[in-house]
Order: sequence, then C-alpha cells, then structure tokens
Amino acid sequence: MALTGLDIYKLLPKTNCKKCGRPTCLAFAMQLAQKKANLSDCPDVSEEAKKVLGAAAAPPIKLVTVGTGARQVQIGEENVLFRHEEKFYHPTGVAVTIHDDLDEAAFNDRLKKINSLKMARVGTEIEIDLIVIINKSNTADKFADTAKKVSDGSHLNIILSSSSVDNMKAALQKCAEKRPLIHGASAGNCEAMAALAHEKKCPMTIAAQTLEEFVDLAERAKKAGVEEIVLDVSGNNPKEVLQKLTKVRRLALKKNFRDLGFPMITFVNDEDAFQEIALASTYLLKYAGIVAVNVCEPWAIMPLLTARTNIFTDPQKPIQVEPRLYAVGDVKDDSPVLFTTNFSLTYYTVEGEVESSRIPAYILSVDTGGTSVLTAYSGDKLNDKAVAKAMTDAQVDTKVKHKKLIIPGLVAVMSGKLQETLGWEILVGPREASGLPSYLKTVWKS
Amino acid sequence: MEIPNVADKWSGAVNEITLGATKDKGGSRTKTITIGGAKSIPFMDFEGSPGQKPVVAMDVYDVPPEDWPETLSKPFADVLHDPAQWAKKCVEQYGADLICLKLEGIHPDKGNKTAEETATTVKSILAAVGVPLIIWGCEHDEKDNDVMTKVSQAAKGECCLLGVVTQDNYKTLTATCLADGHALITLAPVDINIAKQVNILVSEMDFPLNRIVMFQSTGALGYGLEYTYSIQERERLAALTGDKMMSMPVICDVGHEAWRTKESKSDDKEVPQWGARDERGPMWETITAVSLLQSGVDIIRMSHPKAVAAVKKCIDRLY
Repeated sequence: MALTGLDIYKLLPKTNCKKCGRPTCLAFAMQLAQKKANLSDCPDVSEEAKKVLGAAAAPPIKLVTVGTGARQVQIGEENVLFRHEEKFYHPTGVAVTIHDDLDEAAFNDRLKKINSLKMARVGTEIEIDLIVIINKSNTADKFADTAKKVSDGSHLNIILSSSSVDNMKAALQKCAEKRPLIHGASAGNCEAMAALAHEKKCPMTIAAQTLEEFVDLAERAKKAGVEEIVLDVSGNNPKEVLQKLTKVRRLALKKNFRDLGFPMITFVNDEDAFQEIALASTYLLKYAGIVAVNVCEPWAIMPLLTARTNIFTDPQKPIQVEPRLYAVGDVKDDSPVLFTTNFSLTYYTVEGEVESSRIPAYILSVDTGGTSVLTAYSGDKLNDKAVAKAMTDAQVDTKVKHKKLIIPGLVAVMSGKLQETLGWEILVGPREASGLPSYLKTVWKS
Repeated sequence: MEIPNVADKWSGAVNEITLGATKDKGGSRTKTITIGGAKSIPFMDFEGSPGQKPVVAMDVYDVPPEDWPETLSKPFADVLHDPAQWAKKCVEQYGADLICLKLEGIHPDKGNKTAEETATTVKSILAAVGVPLIIWGCEHDEKDNDVMTKVSQAAKGECCLLGVVTQDNYKTLTATCLADGHALITLAPVDINIAKQVNILVSEMDFPLNRIVMFQSTGALGYGLEYTYSIQERERLAALTGDKMMSMPVICDVGHEAWRTKESKSDDKEVPQWGARDERGPMWETITAVSLLQSGVDIIRMSHPKAVAAVKKCIDRLY
C-alpha cells in the first residue's frame, strides 16, 4: 500500500532546513504522499530513505511492453480492482494463435484472416493486437521460418510460444527486433529462457501451477536480468483460472506483494468457439493483461474486442458521439427531425428506438459535452442557442423541406423559446426514448 | 515464500429468494428456483459462499415479436403464436430454468390486449410448464396497473416474480404482489441511488425485502454494458458490506437488448465483414450475458437457444 505522509516523514532528515522549498520536513512529506513533490528535491535524504520511498513509488503491477512503435501493447500498471473506483488503464491485448506446422496454403490463408481481424463499429475501428506463433512442429527450422514469415507478413505484435530454448533462440534470430513476448518458460527451463530474454531485451512469460511456484520462477527470471515478466495463468479449469487471476491482482494491489506484481496472460483453448470467447471475455474483464484464443472468425472476435472497449472506458468521463446530423434508415426530405444530446448512452438509446420504429428519421446530436438531456439542460449546455447552432452546423434546413423539430419530452419547457429562436414548429416528443416508436407512428404520421 | 491471504471478509450477503410454489406450498409448480445468497464476489468461493448458481430465464412473448431477425425467430417458428407451447419448448428443449412472459401485447400501441386475455395466457403457461414464472409488464403505467393486478390474481399462490415497479409507479403492483404471494422486481434505470429509493418505497408498504429482485435496465455489449456492469458491481459490493436496501438479487434483460443491436440483427449482406449472423447474433447475446455475470447477476433473461446453452455451460464451469 502507498505510504502515508507520516510514514514518509519518519524517513526524512527532520531538520526543517527548507532546502526543498517547503517550510518543514512534514510539509514536504505530505506533498510526497500526494505525489505533488519529488524526493530529489531533498538534498540530504539518506540512501535508505531513497530505497524505501523509491520502491513504494513504483507501481504495484509492473508495466510490460510487447512489440515496438505505435502498435506496441502495454499491459500492467493497473491501480484498481473495480473500474468504478478509478478506471482500468491498459486495455487487454487480444491475441490469436497460428501453428508453425501448417502447409503453406493453410498458413497463408490463416495469416491473412488473422491480419484482417479489424472491424468498424459505431464509428471506431477495433482490432486485435497480437499473433501467437505456436511451435507445434517442435523443430527450430519451422519455428524460425514461421517467425520470419509472420514478422514480414503481419502488422501484429508477436508472441513466440515454445518450450524448447533452442527453437526459441532460432525464432528470435528472425524477429527479436520486433520485441516479441517469449512464451514457454516454466520450472524446467526458466534460467535458459530468461537468459535469452535478457540477451534479446524481450519480455517473457513464466508458467506455474501454484502462486508459490510463480514467486519462485519470477525470482529466478529476475536474477537472470529479466524485468518485464508476464505470468501465464492458463489451465483447463476455468474457475481456477478466474480465481488465480483475481488473487494475483488482489495480492499486487491490496497487499503490495511485489513478488507477483506482474501482468498476466491467459491462453484459452476450447473446441467450442462460444465457450472459448465466453471464457476469454470473462478473463479479459477480470484482470488478464493478454488473452489468446484460437478462433479467428470476426463474429467471435468482435464481441471480445467490444467487451474490452466497454470495460476500459473511463467511467468518470461521459462518452460522446460526434455532434452532427445522423440519418437513420432511408431518409427523405419529409422525414422527421429529432434532437438529443451527444452523450453516447442517450444517443444510442434514441437511435435504437428510432430504428425499431422503422420510420426513417434524422437525429441531430447536439453538443452538450457528453451529458444527458436533463443534466445538460440544468447546466445550461442544452438551450435554444445550442440547438440553433447544431441546426445551422448540420444544415438541417437543406435536408428536409418541412420545418418541424421533435424535442425530448424532458425539456418540453424549452419549446417556446426554441420556436422563437429557430422559427421552426416545435413538437414535444415523449419523455422516454421508449415512447418514440409509437410517437413517430401516431403523432408524427398525423 | 508465504503468500498473503487475499480472501475478503464480507459482513453481508445477497438475500435468498425461492421462486415458484409447489403443491404443498399452495401452488402448482413442479420445480422451484432459489436465487441469491452470495457471500462473496461472483465466483470467488475461496472467500465465502458464492450463493446460488445464476439462472437463465427464457423470454416468451404474449404476441409474436414483430422485429425479430430470422436467426432468432427460426428456433421458435412453430410456437411464436402460442405462448404456452413456446414456454414448453424453452423448458423441455432448451433447458430454461424459468420462463419470463413479456407482456408486449398489452401496450396500447402494440395490441392493447385486455387483462382477461392476458390472465388466460398466464394460466395456459402455468399449465404447460412446471418451472416458476416471471411476468413482465409493458412499462406503460396505466395499462400495467390494470393488467398486472388481474394477472397476479390469476397466478395467486404460484410465487411468480412480477415486474416492474418504479419510483413513480409502485403502489398498485406492490400491494397486489403482497396480497397474492408473489415476488417483485424494482426498476431504476442505471441509477444506484434511485435503486435504493425504490426498494425503500416498496418496503415502506411492508413488502418483505427478501421478496424483491432489482433491475437496473440492461445495456447490451457495445451499448452501455459498462454502465450496467459498474452499477451492478457497486450494488453487489454494497450488499456484501451489509447494506440491507441493496441486498436484493439482480435480474438482467440480456436477450431483448442484445438482439436490438446492429451487431446481432444486421443481415449478412449488409455487414459481410462481421461474419455470419447465425453465429454473430447468438454470440453477441452470449458475451453480453457472461460479461454481466462478472458484475453479480442472479437471473439472466435470454432469447436464443444457442446463447442460452453457451451461457449455462459457462456458468457451470465457473461456478
């Protein structure tokens, strides 16, 4: 756990010399605790204090980087168990496997499929991050050859998976500059794998059954000079895996247990694509830094990636849609025009209801800084001027030939002023979006 | 190296409720379902009892759904016009733990079915299946108050789960449920404070806390799932730390919400890059459900048999 101001104070010289720019050592300690000051401001601090405070300041879960450049995946450095407490910072990397014993046609086919696992949904592109090369052939040549082919033929970050140190070495010769994650170390080969990881400056995983064994292996990898370690928490018993993922995260965050302060990777392997993705999503929500799956169909990967988008959304920041005019269905110049705010939950609720009414319509999303109708109205972010501006920006008058605007029932009180400002006829819509289909079918039609 | 113990100690628990009444309890159910009881974070039984296993209620509509994509209507094509046969198919073929009768057709805009017609439908379902019943109104206050009262009487003694009540409309249904021995669903759309408020209002009418199930409205995967997830997670933590007004089991409406999304509804021709709808739709429903399970859910309302099977299997493996 983080040190309190008093804990820190005990480690300072307590001379109140003011060299740090604060009136007393206690004041300095308080600022250190709030992370508003740096220990280096104190010229007289002891080595011991530096060590203790330095360790306390280090994040409880180590940040690990796989890959290089703009597409690199960073995992770890999480601060909370539940997203509402703050937020989850480093989105889980999603990886898909490829075997090195496929014949050329099958290999190319699968690689192409994996490379194209990106989808556009609600205006954003989502895609997978990593490809796991599995040394199914058990030979160094094939593994190295495949590593080369993937390195040349894919934009994705690489995980090399082999329990053979020699084969790993051969593959690393082909792609070490891509900073792949080395997967395959366990009790039997830990030092040799770690030496390789250290030499090639790559992150590595360690696999063990119990938490005690993980501590032991992490210690051995660290001794060999590896800092970026990922715990491989996989297994055939989903309940055990889920509990282990939770325990490791709790140990790091609640007990400040540095020996297991590393991100985790989970391989999910199930013949049934539904089970594979259901479990992968579960692990993704509960603390896996990387999940690796075999299925590479877009209908399976898209929900997994969407679960990630949802859970890594900052809960303190309202999510917004772009404020503009949206056409739902086959709109014509006599289609209804409604407005709502650009808070995404509000907008998508309205959009969903309009869609289900099967009446083509325009929805104008007014920029309210991502707040809901009532909040925006109370905060004066939703007023006649904001609506008028949105109408002008979106050139609504060129889209429809009528001059009727449907407004949210919750802000019926705006109608008078809005009518004055816009010169449009204002129709007060339902208070809840769920009333829209019947409103459009009855009130609008008449 | 000794590993510190990370099992949290919780002082509270989620209330346990048994739905359905057998003959000796004054009903006609051949099977009852007990939900709730968790004394730990979902699936973390190393710190306390995980409570009862989460259950799946399959949706049955009183009128044939208008806007279902073919992927969803296909498995029910032969029964969509007959709620009793539909319910029977869900239980016997698809393993539904409960049936949720959604009274879509009573809405003034969607058929305006009468209370008498609806009571007949309810009785036919009770006769066709032995599992407990959830009966869900159309969320049009006046119509619900009229129909649900009579439906409640028609199912008197069966210990159904009836809903929903909100902070603006709770008195009629609460009184009816109390009189007829049913359990009640309290709704507060994505608002934890109102959730508590509705529970308080209902309990002030002397409705027992251990006969309430909470509903926070459900955001589908990609459509606000995280809001539902965090609210339910906070509610579960509140229950475990002993907040009696937050200790009710939770229900989610996954089927309806998941099948409203573009990702599950769109035709293969419209979105070739998303893959086949026959897999895509059920998968979207599955992942919405399993994701919410991690936040703490006791009853999941679902629609597609393939998604139901996948979710039930996943629950079995995690529980």
